[in-house]
Amino acid sequence: MSETTLPIRNEATTDPLWVRVLLTGLALAFLAIFLLVPLGIVFTEAFKKGLQVYLASIVEPDALAAIRLTLLTALIAVPLNMLFGLAAAWAIARFEFRGKAILTTLIDLPFAVSPVIAGLIFVLVFGAGGPLWTWLQAHHLKVIFATPGIVLATMFVTFPFVARELISFMQAQGAQEEEAAVVLGASGWQMFRRVTLPNIKWGLLYGVILCNARAMGEFGAVSVVSGHIRGMTNTIPLQVEILYNEYQFAASFAVASLLALLALVTLLIKKFIEHRAHLQLLESQKPLPSGDVS
Amino acid sequence: MKIEAHGITKKFGDFTALNNVDLQVPPGQLVALLGPSGSGKTTLLRVIAGLESADRGEVLYGEDNVTGLSAKERNVGFVFQHYALFSHMTIFENIAFGLRVRKWKNGAVRERVRELLKLIQLESLEKRYPSQLSGGQRQRVALARSLAPQPKVLLLDEPFGALDAKVRQELRRWLRRLHDEIHMTSVFVTHDQEEAFEVADLVVVMNQGRIEQIGSPDAIFAHPANAFVMSFLGNVNVFHGRVQNGRAEVGGFEVPYPEHPHAEPQQATAYVRPHELDVDRVSHGEGSLPTRVLRIARSGPLVKLSLMAFDEQIPLEVELDHQRDHDLELKIGDEVYVYPHQVRVFVEET
Repeated sequence: MSETTLPIRNEATTDPLWVRVLLTGLALAFLAIFLLVPLGIVFTEAFKKGLQVYLASIVEPDALAAIRLTLLTALIAVPLNMLFGLAAAWAIARFEFRGKAILTTLIDLPFAVSPVIAGLIFVLVFGAGGPLWTWLQAHHLKVIFATPGIVLATMFVTFPFVARELISFMQAQGAQEEEAAVVLGASGWQMFRRVTLPNIKWGLLYGVILCNARAMGEFGAVSVVSGHIRGMTNTIPLQVEILYNEYQFAASFAVASLLALLALVTLLIKKFIEHRAHLQLLESQKPLPSGDVS
Repeated sequence: MKIEAHGITKKFGDFTALNNVDLQVPPGQLVALLGPSGSGKTTLLRVIAGLESADRGEVLYGEDNVTGLSAKERNVGFVFQHYALFSHMTIFENIAFGLRVRKWKNGAVRERVRELLKLIQLESLEKRYPSQLSGGQRQRVALARSLAPQPKVLLLDEPFGALDAKVRQELRRWLRRLHDEIHMTSVFVTHDQEEAFEVADLVVVMNQGRIEQIGSPDAIFAHPANAFVMSFLGNVNVFHGRVQNGRAEVGGFEVPYPEHPHAEPQQATAYVRPHELDVDRVSHGEGSLPTRVLRIARSGPLVKLSLMAFDEQIPLEVELDHQRDHDLELKIGDEVYVYPHQVRVFVEET
């Protein structure tokens, strides 16, 4: 059973050579200007003053605090968004109910709203003079200009990733295997663990990776709610900005290089998962080989 | 164990999939739900399985009312049209699934799965994955998987719908033999009347959310209850006309119709199967229709004639045996008289 198909050049839809060269050249030029050059600059600037300075910039206490806060934020926001995404995708892909279209649209809201506005909303809700302010004060809780606010803003901005990825994945796969599991006597949990989860695991992982990358890299919303307190409420992107504004270019780029590395690793993992997810989807939708009943 | 459905009604939005349906499946029988798409047959099967809940009505397995039970609790075997095998599990684990969720011991699971693999004659393939199997093999695995937990009833949704013609034939004969061995009360859905008639003990003809007729294949074929059943069961010639004074005048034929002795006429339709028409070179009087031969197909077990009636411009299909065709020496363009052995007249409901 060979799955490979030879690429067939269709004369009717093949453009002349100069068009192909031009289009490919344009694409490569864009790639170079927007991706390769900036990436190169981040690393050259980061190492401009030598490895010593690079390492020193990263282990500097404020930078370390920013790294810790970013990791903590991702560690809270990503699993919660994963749970939310699973629940939402399940509801939307498997059930018909009133308001389904509205829910689907609402999930995309964070993509439509500017992150700065998103941050501002949290400031207005939880900040001084907001509806929850007195209550929070009375219980000595601090949301804005503190870690909870940063986590909330990050969650808001990143919550569509897992859900969107899973909805299309689950809709494409259909519910038949799950129905089969139920008829065979599986409880809801058994069905989820033994049938649903193995079927969606690559789609889920894909969403989680994207969600994580965004959670660690989010600037706008976090910037509004954080208050920029050094060593306390600065995440990596905020730390980069502060260092840059203080003309500490080498240090700024050194910290930025961490995010760039994260992006590269994310891309690699994403590519691998995409490949696996695609294979799995093909498998589940594979047309029947016509054939004998041997 | 018998299955009963009482007064089942199911709506999807404005669409009525099932309209007050009553069905009784006698124990140990193989029953076909036959109908065109949209007739509600699959919905009825899914209601019986508990995969769909009816808006009204009850489902009984034997004496137990299972209406309130979920599909998980009903212990039915269900075979899906597209198999719905677990693509990430081996054939062995697919069949074992219903046993594992019931917490069977490993040894017992192995024994039961091997027994079923033997039954479906796929013992050598237990380590394969569903995508490595042919359509017919997958469908047999799906059947084995549904039988593994020893269900009380077996329900099959268009079990052969996705297979090509030859595999379909083999598989449905195999299903019939299997049913004769295990004698489990079984219901299967099909839109293929040939399939229903070849395999089932009892055929339930459905249309627009209602049951039109229930009966043995022979009974339904010989005595279709109404015009829909008659036309759904295959190739028929249709004649329009009216009934009056105990006679039916339809498309140039006149036949007795004692069910309507009244003087006032009523619209009626007559159905005649191609093999219920005969042709001759001479007229047989009132009941015969002059026609011209348009086409003759001699390649099958029967000779198929396409004719056109002179008066009414009605196209007719007739099937003759080869001997009769040979005796008549028919050619295209010949003028022949058609006369029916049997005419079924259905008065149109007003």
